[in-house]
Amino acid sequence: MSVDKATVAKIASLARIRMDDAELERMVPELNGILQWVEQLGEVDVTGIEPMAAVIPNTLRLRDDVVDADPLTGGGKRDDVLANAPAAEHGFFGVPKVIE
Amino acid sequence: MTELTSLGVKEIRDGVRDGSFTAREVAEAFNTAVAEAAALNAFIVTTPDHALAAADKVDAARAASETLGAMAGVPIGMKDLFATHGVQTTAASHILEGFTPRYESTVSQKLWDAGAGMLGKLNLDQFAMGSSNETSYFGNVTSPWKKAGSNAAMSPGGSSGGSSAAVAARIAPAATGTDTGGSIRQPAAFTGICGIKPTYGRCSRWGVVAFASSLDQAGPMARSVEDCAIMLGAMAGFDPKDATSLQMDVPDWEAALNADLRGKKVGIPREYRMEGTDQAILDSWEQGKAWLKDAGAEIVDVSLPHTKYALPAYYIVAPAEASSNLARYDGVRYGLRDLPEGVGLQDMYAATRAAGFGDEVKRRILIGTYVLSAGFYDAYYTQAQKVRALVARDFARAFAECDVILAPTTPTASFPLGSMNEDPLTMYLNDVFAVPASLAGLPAMSVPATINADGLPLGLQLVGRPFDEQGVLNAGLAIQQRAGFTAKPEKWW
Repeated sequence: MSVDKATVAKIASLARIRMDDAELERMVPELNGILQWVEQLGEVDVTGIEPMAAVIPNTLRLRDDVVDADPLTGGGKRDDVLANAPAAEHGFFGVPKVIE
Repeated sequence: MTELTSLGVKEIRDGVRDGSFTAREVAEAFNTAVAEAAALNAFIVTTPDHALAAADKVDAARAASETLGAMAGVPIGMKDLFATHGVQTTAASHILEGFTPRYESTVSQKLWDAGAGMLGKLNLDQFAMGSSNETSYFGNVTSPWKKAGSNAAMSPGGSSGGSSAAVAARIAPAATGTDTGGSIRQPAAFTGICGIKPTYGRCSRWGVVAFASSLDQAGPMARSVEDCAIMLGAMAGFDPKDATSLQMDVPDWEAALNADLRGKKVGIPREYRMEGTDQAILDSWEQGKAWLKDAGAEIVDVSLPHTKYALPAYYIVAPAEASSNLARYDGVRYGLRDLPEGVGLQDMYAATRAAGFGDEVKRRILIGTYVLSAGFYDAYYTQAQKVRALVARDFARAFAECDVILAPTTPTASFPLGSMNEDPLTMYLNDVFAVPASLAGLPAMSVPATINADGLPLGLQLVGRPFDEQGVLNAGLAIQQRAGFTAKPEKWW
C-alpha cells in the first residue's frame, strides 16, 4: 500500500499537525519508503498467533479504595496541575473560544 | 591524588564511605568537568547546585555516622526524559521547552534517595526517537570520540546520546538512559561504555515522558558492569503508580556478580549474521565467544527465525503507541501553545503541534496514526503485534537451549553526524540487533569489546531470560575482564 499527498494531508489532519504543501510533498516519499519496508511483515505466517500487547505476563492491580492513598497521585493538586499551563485562568485551563 | 573525574560509581561510593575524599569534592570536580565540556552539547541544562546539595547531605550523613545509600556521593547525569521537580524537563523537544514538573519521576527519586546527586539534564533524540542524537531541538550531541585521522564530529548514538557522551567523556561517572528499541545499548556501544536495559517492568515508568509504553524501560549507563549493577539496583523496584511495574523483589545484583560461567550455555543466534554488518563487528563477536568459552561457558548455536521481521514490526508498534502517547501535547495543559490570530481550538492544536514537534517525531506520529486508522489497523498493527508474539516465542524457545545470548550490539561503529540523514530507513537499520530484545521485553546489555581500525569502540550485546539481569551482568563481567577495554577518547573539548 502507498499513500499520496491527499492521504498524508488526511493523516496529518487526524493527528492535528498542520502541514503546508511543501511539507506534505516531502513526507509522501518518506512515509512510502517506510510503509513499503514494513509490507514484508505480510510474508509471515501468523496462523493461530494471538497479537501480543503486553510482553511480560502481569496482572492489573486494584489499589485500596482510599481517597489520596498515594499523595503523589491523589487530589488537591489544582495549582500544581495548572502550574505549567500556557493560559491558566481562575483555576481553569484557558482555551480559545469554542462556541461562536 | 587520583583525578576524581576518572572514577566510576563503585570507586566514588567506596571512597566517600571510607573517607578518601568527600562527596562535595567529587561533585565539584564533576561540575567543573561538565562546565568545561559545553562543546559536546551533552547537557540541556546543568544543575551544579543539585549535585552540591546532594553531596553535602551525604557528607553530613557520614559525619553523623549514618548508613550511606548505594549511590551515596555519586553525581550523575539525568536523561531529560525523566521528570525532575523544579528542573526543566523537555524530552529534547520545543513543545515541552520550559516545562518545569511539580513532581519527581520514581526512578530519579530512588536515585536521590540512594544518595546520588544531579549534574544536569542530558540531551537526547527528541522524545527518544532517533539513533544518532540528531533530532534534538537543542542541537546534536557530539561524541567525545573521533575517527582516527579525522576531525569530523561523530554520533554518540541515540536516543540516550547525551548520556553516552557524558559518561565516555568522564564528565559524569554514570547516567540514566531509557531504551525503547536500543536507546541504551546502541549509544553505549558507540561510545565504549556499558549500558543495561532491564526486563520490562523492572524500573517504574512513572514520570518518564512516554514514547512507546509497551517497550519503554529505564536503565543505567556507566563505564563498568559493576557500576551498572549498583545503579540498576538503585533504580529498580515495584511502583504502584506504574500499572506495568513488576511486583518482584530487586535482587542484590552487585553482591551476586560472578564471572565464572562454568555450567552456563551461551547461545549464538545464527540469524544475526546479517548482510551489511562490518567485518570488525563479526570478528569481535567471534572474540566474544572465545572470551565466554574461556570463562567456562559452553557455546551453542540457537535460532531466532523471526529476527528479520523484528525491526519492521517495531516500526509499526512503536509509532502506533507514540501517536497515541503524544496526543497529550495540545497546547492546553503544559508546554508550548501556538495560537494564531483569530483561530479556534482545533487550529490551535494543529499549529501548536506543527511548531512544537521535530520532523522525525511528526513522521512517527503520522505513521502511527495511519497504521491505527480504520481499514489499515488489522493489516498493519494487528499483524505487527502477532509478529511481535513470534519474536518473543523465538527467544523463549532459544532459552530452552541456552542461558544467555551473545550478539553484536550494532551492525556498524559510530558514524559522522549528518552522514545518515538521507533516508530515515537507513538510520532505523542501526537498531536491527537491539530491537528484538526490546520487543520481547528481555534484559539486555552492551559492553565494550574492542576498538576498530578507525579507533572507534565496538560493543557486544548480551540478552537474558526475563528477570535474569544477573545472568546478563555476569556474562558481561566475564567479557569485561577479558576484553580489558581501557581505551578512552582523547580530550578535544
